[in-house]
Amino acid sequence: MQNVTEKKEFTPNIVAFCCNWCSYAGADLAGSSRLSYPANVKIIRVPCSCRVNPSFILKAYQQGADGVILCGCHPGDCHYVTGNYYTRRRMSLLFSFLNYMGIEKERTRVEWVSAAEGARFSAVMNDFVQKITELGENKRLTDLRVKEGE
Amino acid sequence: MQRIGVFICWCGSNIAATVDVEKVAEVIKSEPGVVYSVNYQYMCSENGQQLIKNAIKEHNLTGIVVGACSPRMHEATFRKAAESVGLNPYMVEIANIREHCSWIHKDMAEATEKAIILVRTAIAKVKLNAPLTAGESPVVKRALVIGGGIAGIQAALDIADAGFEVDIVEKNATIGGRMAQLDKTFPTLDCSACILTPKMVDCAQHEKIDILSYSEIEDVKGFVGNFSVKIRRKARYVDETKCTGCKICMEKCPSKKGLNDFNMNLNTRPAIHIPFAQAIPNVAVIDPAQCIKLKTGKCGICQKFCGVGAIDYEQKDTFIERQYGAIVVATGFKPISLDAFNEYGYTENKDVITSLELERLMNAAGPSNGVLVRPSDGQHPKVITFIQCVGSRDTSGCGKPYCSKICCMYTAKHAMLIREKYPDTEVHVFYIDVRTPGKNYDEFFRRAVEQYGVDYIKGMVGKVYNENGKLMVQGSNLIDNEQVTIESDLVVLAAAIEPEPSVRKVATLLTASIDTNNFLTESHAKLRPVESPTAGVYLAGVCQGPKDIPETVSQASACAAKVIGLLVKDKLKTNPCVATPDEMMCNGCSQCANVCAYGAITYVDKEFRLGGGKTEVRRVASVNPAVCQGCGACTVTCPSGAMDLKGFSSKQIMSEVEAICKM
Repeated sequence: MQNVTEKKEFTPNIVAFCCNWCSYAGADLAGSSRLSYPANVKIIRVPCSCRVNPSFILKAYQQGADGVILCGCHPGDCHYVTGNYYTRRRMSLLFSFLNYMGIEKERTRVEWVSAAEGARFSAVMNDFVQKITELGENKRLTDLRVKEGE
Repeated sequence: MQRIGVFICWCGSNIAATVDVEKVAEVIKSEPGVVYSVNYQYMCSENGQQLIKNAIKEHNLTGIVVGACSPRMHEATFRKAAESVGLNPYMVEIANIREHCSWIHKDMAEATEKAIILVRTAIAKVKLNAPLTAGESPVVKRALVIGGGIAGIQAALDIADAGFEVDIVEKNATIGGRMAQLDKTFPTLDCSACILTPKMVDCAQHEKIDILSYSEIEDVKGFVGNFSVKIRRKARYVDETKCTGCKICMEKCPSKKGLNDFNMNLNTRPAIHIPFAQAIPNVAVIDPAQCIKLKTGKCGICQKFCGVGAIDYEQKDTFIERQYGAIVVATGFKPISLDAFNEYGYTENKDVITSLELERLMNAAGPSNGVLVRPSDGQHPKVITFIQCVGSRDTSGCGKPYCSKICCMYTAKHAMLIREKYPDTEVHVFYIDVRTPGKNYDEFFRRAVEQYGVDYIKGMVGKVYNENGKLMVQGSNLIDNEQVTIESDLVVLAAAIEPEPSVRKVATLLTASIDTNNFLTESHAKLRPVESPTAGVYLAGVCQGPKDIPETVSQASACAAKVIGLLVKDKLKTNPCVATPDEMMCNGCSQCANVCAYGAITYVDKEFRLGGGKTEVRRVASVNPAVCQGCGACTVTCPSGAMDLKGFSSKQIMSEVEAICKM
């Protein structure tokens, strides 16, 4: 359990949603190519990026995540034909909502990573972790009971 | 009470070198719900799997988590192992501690900590897993081919040869399609009819093939393995079973001024006619817009002369309904309308023709019996100018943005055939680029230039106008950087091709997706090029994208292979991870059906008990598990949160999020 007073260096906690067909495979490729990215990125596998309900992202922030990244197939390459187009529209709505809530825009990111882009997956994650580290802790939406460990 | 078993794999040193597997297994032991936790060198090995199987039996495990490589690698392996000892395969979750952990991190403490979190996340998910069973649906062992061109013919023959019944539904009076209209085919210059018509005859004679010509599909219900299709058999006013194709009616018909659409309207035909000599079925059809009897009630000459009494003016459209396991769409193409291209003077000048019209003019069975003549005066043209890319690669909005793919080759073919038959003819070709990829294609084009002396001019044509009976073709020559005007007798336009307009209706009925150019979309551009995203629907020929005959035939055979692969199965196993609506919450708003790319969602009226003996009938969503592909688009769209996805439920994902955040 994190203790705010004792903490010396801030390491963000990041939730990554990856679609099964492109981005999760891209993450696998990053692994098999030994392309490292920070250990604070944890991946949740979903069938398609369009399975990710914006409420999952809000839940992550509420539970204390410092950044959330959603990865899917490139537009036009979706395994389910049109899934990522829905993702794109939904996420643009979520961005305006998060903005309204006062959550920094940079905390949430949508990236298209194909199954062949292991290097890109690693680069995206490195960059994202660095940006979130610069932004600092997510305080705005966190349920205080979570941080206190209740 | 859940009894979870956790199995941490070393993967030799792949995981164990950076993740302290013993510590992970030890820490996880104290997780609520975990009754067994162990680490082993190779979980995927025979011994490793046996270890899992024994543990499931000994500890009565209700769910297992394997901390190992990517689920894309061995999920199926571990599911099978679980199933073999009676644990539902969907009660297995994989924590990816190799690709997503040990392979990308160097620090052991960090990697171990992450591995623990990943395993905890998988435990959080597996606790909410529900046993799932793959559904089964029967397969009707009969295929439908929509369109009787070369694509449809090839697909039908291949499917029928494998022993399955096939129906070809063709909207025209005969099968054969565009290929039947062609004269010669590139790059071998063999006669189109000589290679096509034997295949048409094969179709007619094949005991497994039923040709439903002059018919269209009206309605499609059902799903992969179980389509129910309503087919309209248009009234041809001739009894198909009686007509012998003797053509006496064609001779006697007094109304002979109908435009012959088979000959691209270059000549006329009688109201009662057989489209061309080798038509299959070789049965006459009456054009009701032209027939005097059908228009005025007076005439009936064909009926008088018909020796077998096949003429029936009272015939009406009939409908038949048939069941199919798979559907091949092969609706083909047509050249685009050139109305928007005034600069080429197509509508004003009879001697400006399209390539398909030239094809008929050069065909021995065509309106001029194969003698190349100008449509205006019947004279032999001395100077012929071809213009390529008319409406292809056109971003102005008048034409099509894509390359029609076949025009470069058929223009080279036409130029070559003309120079061969009439060496005194001068042939010019205006082109933007010459695109000839394909076996023996570039050699073919070079022959046109080098051996036959065809004058290729790189540049576009600005204008074609009539001056003293001569067609003046004004264009640019980009190589010599000059404007040229060529005095021509005949101008041939390589009009872009587009999907047959009827494809829109077909696509709508099949819920097959279609792109902005009306081409049917394939399931995956590279890896599933002949399958529509709609399960059980396959695409052959130009309806999917511009292509030539060899490619069309390959695609049709590929379709047939896919169809055969489907039809040999007695039952289809369906993916159990499909969407499922909570009927109590669903308000029947239709939003889920709108986002479903597969047409898997329909609505049913259901009666709900309200208590106190009262009931209420409500419209609720119903997901067809045989059609649903499990993407989850509907789950997020649902405004009332009634839709969920089995195997990836909202609760499961939420608990995974929680597990990751709870560090």
